[in-house]
Amino acid sequence: MNTYTFFVTHRVEIFSTTLEHVELVLIAVVIAVAVATPLGIFIVQRPALRTVVLGVASVFQTIPSLALFGFLIPIPFIGGIGKRTAVVALVVYALLPILRNTYVGLTGIDAAVLEAATAMGMTPWQVMWRVRLPLALSVILAGIRTATVITIGVATIAAAIGAGGLGTFIFRGVAMVSDAVILAGAIPAALLALLADGLLALLERRLRVS
Amino acid sequence: MSDISLTVETGETVVLLGRSGSGKTTLLRLINRMLEPTSGEIFVEGRATTEWDAIKLRRGIGYVIQEAGLFPHFTVAENIALVPTLEKWEKPRIDARVQELLELVGLHSGDFARRYPRQLSGGQRQRVGVARALAADPQILLMDEPFGALDPVTRAELQREFGALAKRLAKTIVFVTHDLHEALLLATRIVLLEGGKIVAQGAPENFLQQKHPEVRAFASCLDTEDSVVRDGGEKA
Repeated sequence: MNTYTFFVTHRVEIFSTTLEHVELVLIAVVIAVAVATPLGIFIVQRPALRTVVLGVASVFQTIPSLALFGFLIPIPFIGGIGKRTAVVALVVYALLPILRNTYVGLTGIDAAVLEAATAMGMTPWQVMWRVRLPLALSVILAGIRTATVITIGVATIAAAIGAGGLGTFIFRGVAMVSDAVILAGAIPAALLALLADGLLALLERRLRVS
Repeated sequence: MSDISLTVETGETVVLLGRSGSGKTTLLRLINRMLEPTSGEIFVEGRATTEWDAIKLRRGIGYVIQEAGLFPHFTVAENIALVPTLEKWEKPRIDARVQELLELVGLHSGDFARRYPRQLSGGQRQRVGVARALAADPQILLMDEPFGALDPVTRAELQREFGALAKRLAKTIVFVTHDLHEALLLATRIVLLEGGKIVAQGAPENFLQQKHPEVRAFASCLDTEDSVVRDGGEKA
């Protein structure tokens, strides 16, 4: 069966699998943002914890993704077979880029601006919310963009533990030795990554303060 | 820093003069409690800085630094309105104050209020910096080489204008510089620092007559500067 006919005959299934994939990625990225951004803000104020937190996040990042999915299966509550385990693993991968960019963005601000902010009588909270965060926003968003693109890719592997998504086609295609089936997963995943990258880049440019 | 005893009277413009590392900025930052003394005390309006609530103290003291330190994500108007906004003034009062200040620092023409700092020249940014410091009408102004990063022509212009403004406003001003010209132009009293100590002080008229070697060092560079081409400045 050629690739084109496979796409045409399976378009409904490809579409719904793509949606499933998007859902998986969205949940993971939203959770990662909710965890990593406050954590990034926290380590700016506690420099002693910086090395530890960034170090742990870096170690997470080095675990091969298939192995991580495997490790999570026997763990109670967060593990098992299915979507939940996949989301946990994806969050673990998405943490580092967001965390690192949050930290870099918040600390890379012109010293004169921070000096002025404090000297004019802003409280540390006001400096964070009104000066540091708005100025770091585009850098933080760049981290979210990287995390999203990584997650779209890694999420294809989540099919190995029964989480669904576009990886379903890829694994099936590998088993069937069928390029057409592999591409039915790979092409939408690649397009998703490009789309997410482009949209977030656009948003990032609009938020940048030079 | 050690062995410093200095009283600044209301309405004075005290210029802290000295080389890099002489302690002039440190002394300035002690006044608004950006730094705290390891020993000794600094009194602002009769109260030790360590007794003051740091936030309250700082909001009552205008602060201008080199390169202005304007917030790049705020418009000129929002930058100037910083302290009034923190102090929760009513919006109409803030707007009126911003207008008044733009006028005061010579930025009334055009739509400066809505521009962002990156759309301004260095001199205009520094004018906004001065306006921001004056916004809540503080009695005290601290200025740390505010004109140090400007080109010589703009600097001379701002020095002249600021000198006139300072006389008119009758604020108590502490001004840090390494530029003797600037000190002579703006000060009612020059305080010379060397190695974290005050080594000489006096009114601009008789400051240069003093015999202290550091005074002589500063005076001599004035002589050579006058005879050679007057240059832009060491800190560009």
